[in-house]
Amino acid sequence: MAAASTRYILICSGKGGVGKTTLTANLGIALAKQGAKTAVLDADFGLRNLDLLLGLENRIVYTAQEVLAGSCRLEQALVKHKQEPNLALLPAGNPRMLEWLTPEDMGKIATMLGDSFDYVLIDAPAGIEGGFKNAMAAAKEAIVVTTPEVSAVRDADRVIGLLNTEGVKPIQLVLNRVRPKMMANQEMLSVGDVTDILALPLLGLVLEDEQVIVSTNRGEPLTLNGTKSPAARAYTNVAKRLLGEEVPLIDPSKERQGLRAKLGRLMQTKIF
Amino acid sequence: MTLRDAINKLLGRQPASANTAKQRLQLVLAHDRSDLNPELLQQMRREILEVVSRYVEIDLEEVDMSLETEDRVTALVANLPIKRAKALPVQAQADQPITPEAPEASEESTEFSAKISSTTSL
Repeated sequence: MAAASTRYILICSGKGGVGKTTLTANLGIALAKQGAKTAVLDADFGLRNLDLLLGLENRIVYTAQEVLAGSCRLEQALVKHKQEPNLALLPAGNPRMLEWLTPEDMGKIATMLGDSFDYVLIDAPAGIEGGFKNAMAAAKEAIVVTTPEVSAVRDADRVIGLLNTEGVKPIQLVLNRVRPKMMANQEMLSVGDVTDILALPLLGLVLEDEQVIVSTNRGEPLTLNGTKSPAARAYTNVAKRLLGEEVPLIDPSKERQGLRAKLGRLMQTKIF
Repeated sequence: MTLRDAINKLLGRQPASANTAKQRLQLVLAHDRSDLNPELLQQMRREILEVVSRYVEIDLEEVDMSLETEDRVTALVANLPIKRAKALPVQAQADQPITPEAPEASEESTEFSAKISSTTSL
């Protein structure tokens, strides 16, 4: 595998709970399904969850910690996904590792993964402190996840500032948990509001979808079974766009049909 | 203003919150990105006014100075309505050797608008 062409993508948000890990898991599966050899690296050493969302929590033997210490080979620590053999997880080590882990260590792990994978997705921890900076060191480009809420957008802005300083680029945006009805009622920041404020190109738009919770309950990402749910489609489209395919973004205002939706659109008419 | 806002206003309801959210965000981000706290901003405002007042008489009631942000560029936008130019050119002071040309005095108030921009790299 040509290590030079490997893409190292940081998935980050600043704020917690906006959907970083869910995006990492779904994107990992979706990329693997498209034939790209993909590694997902859980860089959230404090509160790791990527294993759980992928349903791999019972199959972890070694972690990034043993790999760095040299007490096991990288291949031994990687957990291959059963249904999707193109995908492998490198589990986060013990939280105590945070005391000595350096950005160089993370860079080393990422380079090792680059030898055998086309895509390395790095699931960053929330916050902008040491753990995030370690994760950032392993990445060349970034996907910033945010929701249309003031706190999430503000935190995303801080993260974008740090990414710019470190020269991580391109930086693309995934807007998560969009509620078309609230947007139509102008009770939620619009897609345009968020992209204007953050000044990033939009890589994906994911509607609020209860199926996400169902899928995390089961440890089977939505993209795994090709379900028809709106979020599954959105995550798959993000993967396709990363692979260079042109897939049009959905228009949240067109997601709702009928008289009420039409009325909602009429109400948005600017009168002066 | 959108049709919804107009109806909400007529019915005495609160306006839809998305616009409020956007405005609050733009303001808070301008401060986050520039890393200036309100106190420093006040001090800068005072000092800018002090300098400009040496040359022209400013309508202090109408002064508007704020941080605005667009496309990740934060700008200090100052709008300083001028009542009249000072009659005499300001005496050059020791620490300030350059005396600009005195602007022509005019009856009508003119506006002095300055924009200092910087790309944030926080």
